[in-house]
Amino acid sequence: MELDAKIPEGPLEKKWSNYKAQAKLVNPANRKKLPVIVVGTGLAGSSAAASLAEQGYPVYSFCFQDSARRAHSVAAQGGVNAAKNYQNDGDSVYRMFYDTLKGGDFRAREANVYRLAECSLNLIDQAVAQGVPFAREYGGYLSNRSFGGVQVSRTFYARGQTGQQLLLGAYQALMRQVAAGKVDLYSRHEMLDLVVIDGKAKGIIARNLDTGAIERFAAEAVVIATGGFGKIYYLSTLAMGCNGSAIWRAHKRGALMACPSWTQIHPTCLPQAGDYQSKLTLMSESLRNDGRIWVPKLANEERQANDIPEEERDYYLERRYPSFGNLAPRDISSRAAKERIDAGFGVGAQRNAVYLDFSKAIQEQGKDKVKEKYGNLFSMYKKITADDAYTAPMKISPAAHFSMGGLWVDYELMTTIPGLFAIGEANFGDHGANRLGANSLLQACVDGYFILPYTLANYLSGELKKERLTIHHPQFELVEKEVTGQLERLCQINGTKTTDYFHKQLGKLLYDQCGLSRSEAGLKAAIKGIQVLREEFYKDLIVPGTQGEINAELEKAGRVADYLEIAELMCNDALSRKESCGAHFREEYQTAEGEALRDDENYCYVSAWEWKGENTAPVLHPEPLVFEFIKLSVRSYS
Amino acid sequence: MRVHLKIWRQKDAGTAGKLMDYELDNVDNHMSFLEMMDTLNEQLILKGEMPVEFDHDCREGICGTCGMMINGQAHGPVPGLTACQLHMREFEDGATIYVEPFRAAAFPVKRDLKVDRSAFDRIIQAGGFITASTGQPAEANTILITHETAESAFDSAACIGCGACVATCKNSSAALFTSAKIAHLAKIPQGEKEAAKRVLKMVSRMDEEGFGHCSNTEACEVECPQGISVLNIARMNWEYTKANLLKD
Repeated sequence: MELDAKIPEGPLEKKWSNYKAQAKLVNPANRKKLPVIVVGTGLAGSSAAASLAEQGYPVYSFCFQDSARRAHSVAAQGGVNAAKNYQNDGDSVYRMFYDTLKGGDFRAREANVYRLAECSLNLIDQAVAQGVPFAREYGGYLSNRSFGGVQVSRTFYARGQTGQQLLLGAYQALMRQVAAGKVDLYSRHEMLDLVVIDGKAKGIIARNLDTGAIERFAAEAVVIATGGFGKIYYLSTLAMGCNGSAIWRAHKRGALMACPSWTQIHPTCLPQAGDYQSKLTLMSESLRNDGRIWVPKLANEERQANDIPEEERDYYLERRYPSFGNLAPRDISSRAAKERIDAGFGVGAQRNAVYLDFSKAIQEQGKDKVKEKYGNLFSMYKKITADDAYTAPMKISPAAHFSMGGLWVDYELMTTIPGLFAIGEANFGDHGANRLGANSLLQACVDGYFILPYTLANYLSGELKKERLTIHHPQFELVEKEVTGQLERLCQINGTKTTDYFHKQLGKLLYDQCGLSRSEAGLKAAIKGIQVLREEFYKDLIVPGTQGEINAELEKAGRVADYLEIAELMCNDALSRKESCGAHFREEYQTAEGEALRDDENYCYVSAWEWKGENTAPVLHPEPLVFEFIKLSVRSYS
Repeated sequence: MRVHLKIWRQKDAGTAGKLMDYELDNVDNHMSFLEMMDTLNEQLILKGEMPVEFDHDCREGICGTCGMMINGQAHGPVPGLTACQLHMREFEDGATIYVEPFRAAAFPVKRDLKVDRSAFDRIIQAGGFITASTGQPAEANTILITHETAESAFDSAACIGCGACVATCKNSSAALFTSAKIAHLAKIPQGEKEAAKRVLKMVSRMDEEGFGHCSNTEACEVECPQGISVLNIARMNWEYTKANLLKD
């Protein structure tokens, strides 16, 4: 299979406008004949569904949550990047493009990343028009702050709830279209399979989570906007319901998965306190603007943080990366924390954390100023830990956060199945091997508001004269049977272990062997372990109740069944890439200083994987990354 | 620690429910309330019983999915928290804890502690938005909004739509939820153009959905995990009166 990324001709800064100038359009009167399914109502899904409906396409919108407003974009805290250069500090579209590409360790397409930076300008305008209450200066102008991995202030924010405010903007736009009758909204519906007819995506099978009913939906295109699958690690910053099922079912129907093992482990999360723990809460990266990260110089230190004198503290990020210091990118910061924790310098009851200290900021700026900037984060910290971060440092630890990998898409955000698009975190795209802070909200919005409406029209224009298929097509019948068969199978195992048991086992295995650092031996052992666990799952799982009713345990079981397959592909992906880049750190490939050792000679490609059936090895299709405009360099933050 | 739980079990909206007793040992005081519920459910499943259905998702207090009455209070005894942020250290060893769904005519019970809050979505659909389609809006900095106005709009916009205000109000009023959106959009220049139309439509939809009138007890503000102020309700009433007076 030859992968064609369909990058438009022309100089970097003209590619997107060239594409838009040449893309085919659909006449307004014809749009209402071309229904579109959008799965997921986070920033990508809501913005896409609303924008497509505004143009006149009938849209079916799906989310598993009880309201579209609850999708996990809501939890993003820190901000959204845009190259507005309001601060006159040397920012530009080109610089943002370069920062993002470099941040991703040169494992993304130039053209895609440039488009992301270019469209960032419009996004802020769009969000302001919707009423998003971004932070403002006293005179009324928009305010910015800086984020990890860059040396300019290009992050727009709404206190520590930027994701919530952007999502509410998109959600409200979506609700407006629902009221106008242009969007049919199916909340509490989970996509369980994709219907492909004559090689094209033509519909989905979904389960109504309130009744258990299996329902069919036909459309001329399907857009997957279901976010990331970092919850595969069980302990993560994601919501409990976040899952990889929609993309995995699409993968098994023929869509390639790209770089699935590239998971961002976020450096500033709250550490695990016990086995019962269900998630690790993220503390915004913006805290690193004023917080200093350190561990004691003495291993197994027993003293409280405030009792350790300055000269006995190791500010390891400032030491190792003097020019970026505490604002080093996420992959580097997380790995540096793991290195210190593994070496015995971890703090807290479980010795699994590092300190994030605000005493200097409070001394220099005053408590009020720090409170104004981070008050909600400090109070969140207190709510969860009962500790006061104004008087003693926070304890933080890395946790699984963002999936850079996902469905392989071309420049048009279309997967290898014609008519199936993937947007937002669900695709592999702009972030390469490591995502910069405040770029995920951006990518989700840009995909949904500004890119998909053009590229989808380009595809749909070719479908106009084709016959409209209905849900009575035999393929719908077939796929529905497979879906109910799988649900029945899960309900009838009647074993002795719950879904959470298997999920926790899988998560631990994956975090240890396919997390912050990976090795050939570890990955091979992990693959065996996953296969054994999967076998046990289908022999010894217990799911209470039936499929024809509200059944949260069955929902979980279906997701974990998919995770048990995704995990194996992740390990295969990590095993095949014999280099270290971004979040992918192979122990065999590092410099003498312990930094990632990239191999541009042999691995400058996107790994796209094809499903070949159960118990058959997946097939790798490399998409070479061609750099025409920039020179690859060693990613250094020291 | 050990807790005695009295949890509301109800098969569906059409079936009567009742409080059932459960005992739970070995509860860690660092557990969140929902992790305690997870632990209970694991035990129920292994005993062959149906687990307790409850709403939850982000578990960090921002998605607004979780919501239950804990000892008669929405989201439990600690102010400014959602149920997922409540920790077991807030309870005494050996405590008896009552867990019930949010109760309101407009929030029918689906099962156990899960309720249907789609009425909130329909209130937003009635007008809780700015009519600004995706396209080429004005440059963001051409709309100047002072720091104070932006902060005040944010305070209103911070609502997470959990429904604690409705569950707390003795009239099951959705005034705090509805007014927060009305106030957020009326305070900023982008939203004030449609303010009159918006308030009339949203208030009338709120009434149609079966929510009661504002009780003026301010209990909603006390229980709101985001601390949304009742001054939003005053703003809504003002906008409503103004819109009616100036109506053609």
